[in-house]
Amino acid sequence: MMANVIFRHRDVADINKLNIYKKNGGFDAFKKAVTKMKPAEITDIVKNSGLRGRGGAGFPTGVKWSFIDNKNWPHYVVANADESEPGTFKDREIMESNPFQFLEGVAIASFAVGANAAYVYLRGEFWQVAKFLDEKIAEMEEAGYLGENLFGTEYSLKIYTHLGAGAYICGEETAMLESIEGKRGQPRIRPPFPAVYGLYGKPTVVNNVETLTNLPLIIQNGADWYKSLGTPDSAGVKVFSLSGRVRKPGNYELPFGTTFRQLIYEHGGGVLDGHPVKAIMPAGASSSFILVDDKVLDTPMDYASVRTLGADLGSASVIVIDDTVSIDWVINKTIHFFKHESCGKCTPCREGTYWMMHLIDRIREDGHSMADVDLLLNVARQMQNKCLCPLGEFSTMAVVTGIERFPQDFKVHNP
Amino acid sequence: MSLAKKYSKEIKQIIAKYPPEHKRSAVMPLLYMAQREEGYVNKEVMQEIGKLLDITETEVASIVGFYTLYHDEKAGKYRMQVCTDLPCALRGADQFMDSLCANLGIKVGETTADGVVTLEAVTCLAACDKAPMFQIQGPNGLEYHEDMTVDKTMELVEALKKSGAEVK
Repeated sequence: MMANVIFRHRDVADINKLNIYKKNGGFDAFKKAVTKMKPAEITDIVKNSGLRGRGGAGFPTGVKWSFIDNKNWPHYVVANADESEPGTFKDREIMESNPFQFLEGVAIASFAVGANAAYVYLRGEFWQVAKFLDEKIAEMEEAGYLGENLFGTEYSLKIYTHLGAGAYICGEETAMLESIEGKRGQPRIRPPFPAVYGLYGKPTVVNNVETLTNLPLIIQNGADWYKSLGTPDSAGVKVFSLSGRVRKPGNYELPFGTTFRQLIYEHGGGVLDGHPVKAIMPAGASSSFILVDDKVLDTPMDYASVRTLGADLGSASVIVIDDTVSIDWVINKTIHFFKHESCGKCTPCREGTYWMMHLIDRIREDGHSMADVDLLLNVARQMQNKCLCPLGEFSTMAVVTGIERFPQDFKVHNP
Repeated sequence: MSLAKKYSKEIKQIIAKYPPEHKRSAVMPLLYMAQREEGYVNKEVMQEIGKLLDITETEVASIVGFYTLYHDEKAGKYRMQVCTDLPCALRGADQFMDSLCANLGIKVGETTADGVVTLEAVTCLAACDKAPMFQIQGPNGLEYHEDMTVDKTMELVEALKKSGAEVK
């Protein structure tokens, strides 16, 4: 069994204690970065490591950093700990169990882009996690890993937590920035991207918790080491959040390229009551449905391979659906979720999710009209490529692929 | 009661987290602080927060209206917020919710007669592997309760009722 990269708390007891973390190489990478490296060198290592954003978009992290506007100061780093996608529950475990590695990652990213202040934006429900991180940040300040003139250099850094208050949309990076600014969490029109116009209008890098937690080991062990894990297309390891109709739901840190079968059967203990897998949503409620057969189960989970199945890996929040579940019931859940979470700023999403909700409610009644199923599909398709941010687009994925790939689940029920 | 008088030190600490020219950023933490009192915020509180941060009362109210964890109406002392979203529902969250309603004798959205517990259905709380689960939003912040059963939940409700009665 390979040693964990993100979930080191599963190998090292009490790694959430500062002295234990330090004994296990903690803060060596940050110290090396600040005292021996130039910010551009760090960005290059991260670029070469192949690390891609773990929040769902999969954008190359080093490339994102390289867009930062060096003519406009100050710079900010924001850690995205909003984790609200149905099916995603990895960042909370990282922050609760391996907090210093995450915070060291925030510090390394901050140094790499020249930020002297970083905010960790946690969803409001993570109130206890925020309190815990505040304590850990205070311990780091006390030990000289945060604050003024770090390691005797000119570099200074403060990290602050900021709590959201129950809005999925704030996981979208520009909505998150609005929220930190004390406004409603509604996305901005992009471009300009945060690297140019971010928090308080200043250049900002927003990275997911898991992405940041990779950084200390990448800096310590090098880009080639990280690339040697995973597949050529998807470097490194990933936390797969497994949920739904499996015996052992949970987080599993595995190399990219692990197959669905290995995740569901070897790690997740198989499906409840031995039922067959009917469908997989690999990226939470935002996913397209994958219609499952043997070939699908043996598909490696990396960004490119999952795309060949007509879906995206996203944040690798694998929801397993078995043959006891009807797809119309599933999309009823996802549509209600997106209707509730739509921020209301753009019309296609605000109105589209509203009408999809009413249509699915009607379709779920006995003796519904098949014309409503066609209309639902029509509304979803009309929303596509027209919404201001990905939320609206995501809300249509399960609807369109559900109706197209599982038509039998939308047939008229005769009571 | 004026927030500025009661919490002057905490207010300063909160505002200091943000650049001095961007005081408005403190609106969310200040609302959490104010909500500790009664479990909701009223017009006066919103006015005072607006004054503290040089924004209008309407701007503060728009934050309260947008984010689900702020409330402008009184409810039970504890809001029991059960996740009934897809991953939890695949593990029985809807049936769990139905049983809670039957045991508490209230519907979703209602409050027990003694004013202690309000039962709410909420979207994903990022604990999909530990369903059925809920969070309790109360005077002491937010608390997760995971891998729950109806029996364990009713024991918890009894404990809350006892502590709620003491506070009264």
